[in-house]
Amino acid sequence: MGKRHHVVTTINGEATEFLCEPRQSLLEVLRDVLFFTGSKEGCNDGNCGACSVLVDGVLIDSCCMLGVEAEGSEIETIEGMANNGELHPLQQAFLEETGMQCGICTPGFLMSAKALLKQNPQPDEGEIRHWLAGNLCRCTGYDKIVRAVQKAASNMGGGA
Amino acid sequence: MHDFDYCAPVSLQEAIGLMATHKGSANLLAGGTDLLIFMRARRKRPELVIDAKLIPELSEVKIDESGLTIGASVSCRAIYENAEIADLYPALIDSTTLIGGIQVQGRASLGGNLCNAAPSADTIPTLIAHGAVANVVSDKGERHIPVEEFCIAPGKTVLEANEILVNIFLPRPAENSAACFLRFIPRNEMDIAVANVAAFVELDSAGENFISARIAIGSVAPTPLFVAEAGDTLSGKPIDEESIMAAACIARDAASPIDDMRGTAEHRTQLVEVLTGRTIRTAVSRARGEA
Amino acid sequence: MSTKEKKADDLRVVGTRPIRPDGADKVTGRARFGDDIHLSNMLHGKVLRSPHAHARIISIDTSKAEALPGVVAVVTGADFPVIEHEMVSQGEAGLADMRDIADNCMAQDKVLYDGHALAAVAAENPHVADEAVQLIEVEYELLTPLMDVRSSMAEDAPKVHEHSFPGFFIAPTEAHLPNASRVHMSSGDLEAGFAEADHIVEREFTSETYHQGYIESHITTVDWDSNGNLTVWTSTQGQFEIRDNLADVLAIPIGRIKVIPMEVGGAFGGKDRIYLDPVAALLSKKSARPVKMAMRRDEVIRATGPSPGTYIKAKMGIKADGTLVAADLHLAYEAGAYAGGPIFLGVVSSAARYNIPNFQINGFDVIVNKPKTRPYRAPGAPQGLFAMEQIVDELAACVNMDPVDFRIKNLTREGDILLPGFPLAPIDTDLTLNTLKSHPHYTAPLEGPNRGRGMSYAMWFNLGAISSARLAVNPDGTVHLSTASSDMSGTRMTLAMQAAEALGIEVSEISADVSDSQSIGFSMPTVGSRTTYSTGIVVMEAATEVLKQMSERAAMLWEVDVDQISVADGVFSNKSNAEQSISFKELGSKGRDTGGPITVHQTSSPESFIPGVTAHLVDVEVDPETGKVDILRYTAVQDVGKAVHPDYVEGQIQGAAVQGIGLALNEEYFYDKEGHLKNASLLDYRMPTSLDLPMIDAVIVESPNPAHPYGVRGCGEHSIIPPASAIANAIHDAVGIRPDSLPMAPHKICAAIKRKQAASD
Repeated sequence: MGKRHHVVTTINGEATEFLCEPRQSLLEVLRDVLFFTGSKEGCNDGNCGACSVLVDGVLIDSCCMLGVEAEGSEIETIEGMANNGELHPLQQAFLEETGMQCGICTPGFLMSAKALLKQNPQPDEGEIRHWLAGNLCRCTGYDKIVRAVQKAASNMGGGA
Repeated sequence: MHDFDYCAPVSLQEAIGLMATHKGSANLLAGGTDLLIFMRARRKRPELVIDAKLIPELSEVKIDESGLTIGASVSCRAIYENAEIADLYPALIDSTTLIGGIQVQGRASLGGNLCNAAPSADTIPTLIAHGAVANVVSDKGERHIPVEEFCIAPGKTVLEANEILVNIFLPRPAENSAACFLRFIPRNEMDIAVANVAAFVELDSAGENFISARIAIGSVAPTPLFVAEAGDTLSGKPIDEESIMAAACIARDAASPIDDMRGTAEHRTQLVEVLTGRTIRTAVSRARGEA
Repeated sequence: MSTKEKKADDLRVVGTRPIRPDGADKVTGRARFGDDIHLSNMLHGKVLRSPHAHARIISIDTSKAEALPGVVAVVTGADFPVIEHEMVSQGEAGLADMRDIADNCMAQDKVLYDGHALAAVAAENPHVADEAVQLIEVEYELLTPLMDVRSSMAEDAPKVHEHSFPGFFIAPTEAHLPNASRVHMSSGDLEAGFAEADHIVEREFTSETYHQGYIESHITTVDWDSNGNLTVWTSTQGQFEIRDNLADVLAIPIGRIKVIPMEVGGAFGGKDRIYLDPVAALLSKKSARPVKMAMRRDEVIRATGPSPGTYIKAKMGIKADGTLVAADLHLAYEAGAYAGGPIFLGVVSSAARYNIPNFQINGFDVIVNKPKTRPYRAPGAPQGLFAMEQIVDELAACVNMDPVDFRIKNLTREGDILLPGFPLAPIDTDLTLNTLKSHPHYTAPLEGPNRGRGMSYAMWFNLGAISSARLAVNPDGTVHLSTASSDMSGTRMTLAMQAAEALGIEVSEISADVSDSQSIGFSMPTVGSRTTYSTGIVVMEAATEVLKQMSERAAMLWEVDVDQISVADGVFSNKSNAEQSISFKELGSKGRDTGGPITVHQTSSPESFIPGVTAHLVDVEVDPETGKVDILRYTAVQDVGKAVHPDYVEGQIQGAAVQGIGLALNEEYFYDKEGHLKNASLLDYRMPTSLDLPMIDAVIVESPNPAHPYGVRGCGEHSIIPPASAIANAIHDAVGIRPDSLPMAPHKICAAIKRKQAASD
């Protein structure tokens, strides 16, 4: 019953293997097995986006996926967003535009915004707000988060 | 969560065999956005979780002259990113872009939404309006079940314990026909429907009269409801407010909503009438090529 | 949006917008929040919670849980030391009944709300712990639950507590009814006042329980050493409060406990009280291993400290010229399962904004079978203002007066005596309202059916209270700042900025940390909008002392008397020799040779009850067929005295306004008749998403606070207060109904519109 599975994945570009019980979510695997604690638990039922990661390029809530389902997948987490210590334009924009206060939702928002800009490099305010509706923030009221995404889009060559 | 086993069959035959062996103590896993939550809440405690995403027949999307076949595991995102589906079945896009947020849509599946059989399911009214059919297999053979007959109570379907939903078939819409799905929620995203409605209309070539219509309502009864009478009443009628509101009133009267934390019965009743009118009007607009 | 240019004053650092030093760790996921700690040999704890709202515990059988492989320890209420009902000082927060606090952590005889903890398990992994909790068998005797204030105050209501101490949160209440205590304030002659009135409006309002909604739940990790010393790593606003409460509840000396604050993922007043901590400590003691406990989201909603539901009856009268002449308020606020909710603050915030010569407020702190209410950003104020600011709006309309002009006519101003009996401290209350009135939003055309505009005005008082700060001049001349103030909003930076300003150096020369309870002097929690103001003052006092000691070192170097040393903008000079001057950094790096590096520790208690005001304006569109209310445009003007970091101040205004919008439109606890909480998830506890809002135009105005060297007023809480009433007033402008119940959910709006149509048919 529930023997551990050996799972082989790629995480942030690096081949990674782990052992996990079937009942451990991908979020639990990332945080408690691999110690990638950047992805956060906010609700554990797909309603807050704090655990957002990309799996095979698709933005998902890692609490709603089992670790065993990750076999053969390419996973991107917040830990892989900066490039050799150089912050991603989104990370830089969040700092400059004060797109965070307590910071707990920030990794989820960054992953979500990264997925948005990959799909739509020039989103307008409505598109940004619609895409980010699956990420809850309780501190900022979203204003400065939206402005940070707009700034990053502009800096990444999407905007004017 | 309780302890359970997991496996990921790569063929439908293998899956059929597993379901036959573990009858009743296995659950199929597609997107997991319902199943995992239910398991954490102890509402489901399978001994075996069978991953349905590696089975080819459950992952396919096929469009041809007869219609659209969507595998049970196909995600909402895969559906709404398909330009051909968006063109022919805009109501399906209405539905799949409304479930949860972007993250949930990346995993949640049409098949899962149907098998979960929530009264508030956001894809089921659309499937009913389109006259969709659920294709089911087991070691005992196959069945083809109209979606309006699929759900029998909140969380309960006609599926036997050993059966697998393979795919859902939506007939190809005729010329001058289209559908629309609308849902009312208190926020702008992320909520379970307080009430939802789908309307499919077929117009004459002049776009002035209804030839036929199918209307389905959700969140206002133990299951999503096909209100045949509401659609039938439009047949042959001119497209005007009088006929639309007549259909809306019939739909409203078919609802038997309850008071709960998501809404009051009175409000839901009103919403059915309002949303039925609005979905018909948008479906008409789409059928005319205006929207 | 406020100007990005610095105002023309002589401040160098304060008022600029440097990037916060802890920001990089937060955008890379490196910052360590409560759950981001893994100790070797650590166990995971889970709690068994009551499924009943009110019941006596007959028996608890933990044997099956203990037998489950992987379970190492189990505790129940019987493992807790017996504590008397002892009122323990919480400083400016008043008194707290320690037995109530202990009982809330784990029930002894009765469970008092759905979610009340009564047993816990520590196991090798959280899933085993979870499964074990399910195996604990409890026999209950069900009792009648009281689920709203009016039922609880009824004459025939059963008494919930045998011992019922009146609450004391900020100020005392007196026992009044079996389940309620009362605070009463009055002035003038109410009957005569209403007799003078030309227009009177009397209305009743209700509101539901709502929650702070922080995205990070409650998490604590504990470990004992071999001497019986306890270390606690936790997500908290107040490490000293956690420490002291733990000492009382576990009956051990305070000196044995060290509380290390992790980064906090939101708190808003809900994280300065123990919940899991003593439970984890006892599990850890029993198992002789570290224990981590984390609440799931449903536990946070069910079993922490929400904001009270209320029943309010309000009657206000004006003369024909719009002068407020009388007001009679009855405020009944849920205390939750134990006494001591924020009724006093609800009363004060309702009383302070306008001059009303004949005024009576009766405030009731009412026991109900719900979790004990705790502070949530301007506790008690949004509910009271929902009532009062709508009545004010209605009265202004009676005399055809512009709503802002009406407020200006009746404003309390500096020196006016407020109902609680003290004068309003210096503040220019007209400034905020005049700024709103001259904002383009005020006169922008609003066209289209079912659209309306409304405003609201609020006053709040920030705390001062005790803080400690340490400034250490490092051997390389840079500076390290330590305080106890947990940083959820950028206060590490705003405190460092004040230090930099006071020392005359660049803020980049200062590193800042949030220290544990043994490494810094006593401090009140990060609450009450106090940190930038109060801890800031203490930081600057420390800076003054640093400069004094540095001057002595310069005097030593130059062999002159210390009164020959002058310092300005980070440069020390010899008054008697113009050639001799030295920078702070260079002097600091000579520290080792002049008597050792300089460290200054300062503790003091700046004054409290500093006023701040805010006025909001909102445009809404109502869909009369569905009852949906959409926010089209939002402007929030707030007087912050002096914005140390304008971006952070804007963030506070916007964040608070959005929380206010959430409680206005959709947030509520939904209980069934038996007292079960039905919506303990973020699916059905509906907080605003980015798609529910427009940009929030945060306008900073500054009328300096003389109690702070740079004029700073606390700013964190105020903007949560106006949204509910501003939106209600806008809804009235749009569709002619006055909402009398929070939240203003679609079904209520729909029903009210129908009633209005029926009445006019």
